[in-house]
Amino acid sequence: MPPVVYQEKCRGCGKCEEVCPGDLMELNEDKKAFCRSRRDCWDCMACVKACQYDALETRIPYQLGYYPARLIPKMKEKEIEWTCIDINGKVDKFLVKTYNK
Amino acid sequence: MPRASLPNAVNEIEEVRIDTDILIIGAGNAGCFAAIEAKRQNPDLRVTLMEKAHIDRSGCLAGGMDAINTYIKKDRTIEDFVRWSRAQAGGLLREDLTISMAEVLNKPIEEWEEWGMPIKYEEDGEEYKTRGKWDITISGSEMKVILAEKTREYGCEVINRVVATNYLMDGEKVIGAIGFGVRDGKMYIIRAKATIIATGGAAGLYKPYQNDGNDSHHQLWYAPFNVGTGFALGIRQGAEMTTFEMRWCATRTKDFNGPIDTISVGYKTPMINCKGEQILKTHYAHLGGDAAPRFIRANAPMDEWREGRGPCYVDTTHMTPEQIYDMKYDYLNERPSYVLFLASRAQDLQKDPIEIYGSDPYIVGGHTASGYWVDVKRSTTLPGLYACGDVAGGTPNKFVGGCAAEGLLSAKAAVEYVAATELGSINEEQIAQEKERVYAPGFRQLVVGDGVTPREMEERLQRLMDEYAGGVHQFFRMNKEGLQYALRHLKIMKDQVKYLIASDLHELMEAHEIIDRLDVAEVLIHHLMYREETRWPGWQTRADFPEKNDQKFDCFVNSRYNPATGEVEMFTRPYEQIIPGDRLKA
Ligand SMILES: Cc1cc2nc3c(=O)[nH]c(=O)nc-3n(C[C@H](O)[C@H](O)[C@H](O)COP(=O)(O)OP(=O)(O)OC[C@H]3O[C@@H](n4cnc5c(N)ncnc54)[C@H](O)[C@@H]3O)c2cc1C
Ligand code: SF4
Ligand code: SF4
Repeated sequence: MPPVVYQEKCRGCGKCEEVCPGDLMELNEDKKAFCRSRRDCWDCMACVKACQYDALETRIPYQLGYYPARLIPKMKEKEIEWTCIDINGKVDKFLVKTYNK
Repeated sequence: MPRASLPNAVNEIEEVRIDTDILIIGAGNAGCFAAIEAKRQNPDLRVTLMEKAHIDRSGCLAGGMDAINTYIKKDRTIEDFVRWSRAQAGGLLREDLTISMAEVLNKPIEEWEEWGMPIKYEEDGEEYKTRGKWDITISGSEMKVILAEKTREYGCEVINRVVATNYLMDGEKVIGAIGFGVRDGKMYIIRAKATIIATGGAAGLYKPYQNDGNDSHHQLWYAPFNVGTGFALGIRQGAEMTTFEMRWCATRTKDFNGPIDTISVGYKTPMINCKGEQILKTHYAHLGGDAAPRFIRANAPMDEWREGRGPCYVDTTHMTPEQIYDMKYDYLNERPSYVLFLASRAQDLQKDPIEIYGSDPYIVGGHTASGYWVDVKRSTTLPGLYACGDVAGGTPNKFVGGCAAEGLLSAKAAVEYVAATELGSINEEQIAQEKERVYAPGFRQLVVGDGVTPREMEERLQRLMDEYAGGVHQFFRMNKEGLQYALRHLKIMKDQVKYLIASDLHELMEAHEIIDRLDVAEVLIHHLMYREETRWPGWQTRADFPEKNDQKFDCFVNSRYNPATGEVEMFTRPYEQIIPGDRLKA
């Protein structure tokens, strides 16, 4: 499940490249991120969480799930605010605790 | 980070040589706890971690976890734990190892909480909230980041993006490891007084059913970047391995291939077939029903399919909206994209239950008992080498807490060993040979420009294993002739390794992933052939030997690859019961 890169939002900070456990995220010559192999992504969402500019979004491969579902994490100091939008536009929000101190 | 290109010739390969006291290969869960413990035991020691990815988000914990499956609560004993784990594993585990792990099991979990990881409590009290008999619920989305931070804080040295390729040997002794930088292209030669292997288990030996050719190749339950390198490193040097035939084939959410305990254990939803029958209570009551051992529960939905009663589900239709919300919250902590998957189907779980199916088989010593044969100190049969976590054998049902606990045990033993050990002497011939071996696919690409890509070979292996060695498409069943066929073709592939090509460092890593998988698959097939019985249906189903044969096989099946002859030698080791009682009952 490959992350989609919103080109206009990517600032080329390299955070996604730093953390990807599969060595899949890279920066091109224009300093924009890309996923070198869509099929090899584990959709762990580490890159999406690491991107401070909302430039990355995980997609479900169409072979498995329909378009256009979205799941967007907003990282906060001790929690993540998740917004999930299903293919019919139904929105769910979750505040997930990440640190206990 | 700019990426280096592949070296053009052997003499262009840059070397990095490091001497350290303790080298830990794999900065995952077990590896980080081992590193921290080594520093605690002796802060003067230099402790170095070699990590293929980046410590912050590597291995099984990359996406987080929502539960720790093994924690011993106040009113429970170590004996209870061994009895439970033993029964789950069909009566076969190393009791000595399980006891020593259980003795320190709670420590890393409590430390994690101290360091910032949220754990849920019972509403009325001081105790952690339990999810099954031994599981506790956590909010573990960032647990790996927290652990990485602590590892650095303790003064451990972390070398990220270096892929281990072989142990550094001084005769029979392991004296460190060799690897290459997947970003900088350099060869790392790290010499250590003691080495701990903590590279996790093996994914990608078998073809997953979601493999649609393009976007879902890595739609796996287990971390797809753990490819069994730790097993392969040991196999190549003749380390004794155990119980590879006890594969981890699990019930997972259909299509997504994700964890299922979150729903079935966390929210007590029963498994049902297409007729709405609760399958464990009806068709599998004689095997223990809801309390059946893990492999029966894992295999039941696949048997239902085979009997014409699929698809199967976990029945979420009786869950309340609050429970459904909580369940999604849990998934966001572990496999967040599963929540996205449900949204991509606009699935209303009160109307539409969650479908389940078998996963592709994995070799994972933290769930089943496959891996290095170790003693209670977690010392392997190779002097100077310790093993912990999913790569170490004999102790099923370790999971997060148990792997971390083994990290503590292996570090303690390694620190003791280091006190009486000097650095070994490097065999320059080994280094020269390893350079040729490691960079060969790059050189072939440069010189010949034609050959076999790692992806092609990976897909060939996965198809072979799936069809002839009991993959999910064969409902996990196999027979002698099929296994012999698989072995024949594996040997051809091992010979074809010389044709592998790589056009950049990432592909070079992929080339070594398939090379390592071939070594693991070969040993696995020997184990599957040797156990001429069916002990764990699903995990190990021999269609030609459908019954259990206690007379011959109530023991461990072990192997040793003989580096001199290239043969895999098979033998057994006796079961040693320490905790009395019926081994099949908890
Ligand atoms: C999706 C999922 C859900 C799970 N859910 C639960 C749960 O709810 N509860 C529970 O208790 N357990 C659960 N588990 C199991 C548990 O997470 C693992 O058993 C445990 O964390 C494994 O620890 P480890 O240290 O052995 O492996 P890992 O943490 O995976 O560490 C292995 C490390 O080795 C590195 N490595 C691999 N190859 C090389 C190489 N060649 N060179 C250098 N480094 C290398 C990897 O990058 C990684 O950092 C789950 C596992 C998965 C995958
Ligand atoms: S989701 Fe995970 S595996 Fe996929 S590109 Fe991002 S960090 Fe890498
Ligand atoms: S983390 Fe975001 S902004 Fe930074 S390089 Fe990656 S996609 Fe671009």
